[in-house]
Amino acid sequence: MPAFFIKQIKPICFFLCCLPLVYLAVLFATDQLGANPIERITRFSGDWALRMILITLVATPLQRGLGAVWPFRIRRMIGLFSFFYVSLHLSSYVVLDQFFDWREIFDDLIKRPFIMAGMAAFVLLIPLAVTSTKKMMRRLGKRWKQLHRMIYLIAALGVLHYFLLIKAGWAEPAIYLLVYLVLMLLRVPVIARRVR
Amino acid sequence: MLIKSHNKHDCTESEVTDYSIYVKRRQFIEASARSLGLAAIAPSLLLSACSDAATENAAKGISNSDQPRDELTPYEDVTSYNNFYEFGLDKSDPAKLAKNFKVKPWSVRVEGAVEKPGVYDLEDLLKGLPQEERIYRLRCVEAWSMVIPWNGFALADLIKKLKPTSAAKYVQFETLYDPQQMPGQKGRALDWPYVEGLRLDEATHPLAFMATGLYGKELPGQNGAPLRLVVPWKYGFKSIKSIVAIRFTEKQPATSWNIANPGEYGFYANVNPKVSHPRWTQRKERRIGEFLKRPTLPFNGYGDQVASLYQGMDLKRYF
Repeated sequence: MPAFFIKQIKPICFFLCCLPLVYLAVLFATDQLGANPIERITRFSGDWALRMILITLVATPLQRGLGAVWPFRIRRMIGLFSFFYVSLHLSSYVVLDQFFDWREIFDDLIKRPFIMAGMAAFVLLIPLAVTSTKKMMRRLGKRWKQLHRMIYLIAALGVLHYFLLIKAGWAEPAIYLLVYLVLMLLRVPVIARRVR
Repeated sequence: MLIKSHNKHDCTESEVTDYSIYVKRRQFIEASARSLGLAAIAPSLLLSACSDAATENAAKGISNSDQPRDELTPYEDVTSYNNFYEFGLDKSDPAKLAKNFKVKPWSVRVEGAVEKPGVYDLEDLLKGLPQEERIYRLRCVEAWSMVIPWNGFALADLIKKLKPTSAAKYVQFETLYDPQQMPGQKGRALDWPYVEGLRLDEATHPLAFMATGLYGKELPGQNGAPLRLVVPWKYGFKSIKSIVAIRFTEKQPATSWNIANPGEYGFYANVNPKVSHPRWTQRKERRIGEFLKRPTLPFNGYGDQVASLYQGMDLKRYF
């Protein structure tokens, strides 16, 4: 890994994590969101929310495989970007799609499994985002690690959310599931030792 | 004396977009652009004045002045946002992948309980059928909707021409199966070929329509060229595209989405705000080009004309 890359890893990572948002803004500004812009924004933000969550799960195997520290130095930032894109996705649903129609939103929450899975993932992400500071890490000590293992469940809920909302043609969510399973398998001690 | 000769490539008068439609479309596009930014502040903008382009047909069923009016959905949106899984799962795929879709020559197989079975060349099939324009609302099961000016003919006229026998109780339609041209058929999203069907009394209802064009132009591939069904009081997936076979049957045909997921897509699939899809409500819909959702009307607003077809039926059971 070039030294420059490692030295500047944080600004580089920040820049890369902003790219989807910039791309969305460009589509919006140039009127290229298509016939149903709200659907497009919701899907786009949802795609990137799930991708970001899965990328956070790459840090540990990458750190082990490379024996390098830098993946851990950007893990928190990517985690917070995950929360950002999930929030964008949820806002798009509440504000643009439902326009604060609380009756419909409540109805969705109690009746539609894909909304339940997505909302559960969002709610579970909140304590992770809140406890992402160094201060909180120190304060929570051992329990911090336990708490943040919840990301495994959150990622699974995200993939489930995708599966449940699709009408037909499961190829795309299946790719996300595969990536998730590989990332989880790399954490199984027997396999993890071999990768190292 | 001046003799005016017409060149082949000249536009005929009927091809010219009516000026009022043109003007209204500009206003519509501007209004939707504005609405994206301002809708939160001024939702009334979205429900902007109705155009005279929305003809009686479109206004039918919406006599209540409190109801938002119907405006034509811009041609560009109608032809770039399509659910046509034969050409890909994303709604932007069909416009890209159907560009070179070959619709000439096209033949339609007519079979089953009918006096005039056979393989018809499309032109022969359409011969003698009175052409007309119908402006219909299209309500997708995914809770979005459009208003589209179709060109074509009444399905009832075609059925009359083909003369079904007394055994015929249903009509079944089939889409072309050609994975070379329709790359979506290489995947297994649905059981190909796509099949849809109607009860014979539904099919012969005056509102049931066969389209060969829209906005006065030939039907683009992504919209189901060269021949598609339009049943405005049912969810869009009933309106089968690129039809190659019409079969008259005694029994209710097995239809594609119903086979794929019987709990979510019924045979009747009448637009019904009271019966939710398991994964989304059907109470409201987003009209393409508008920000706020509008209430969905029973039978997509055509209830006064078609509700009698379903008298005595439990529409929650036969959804």
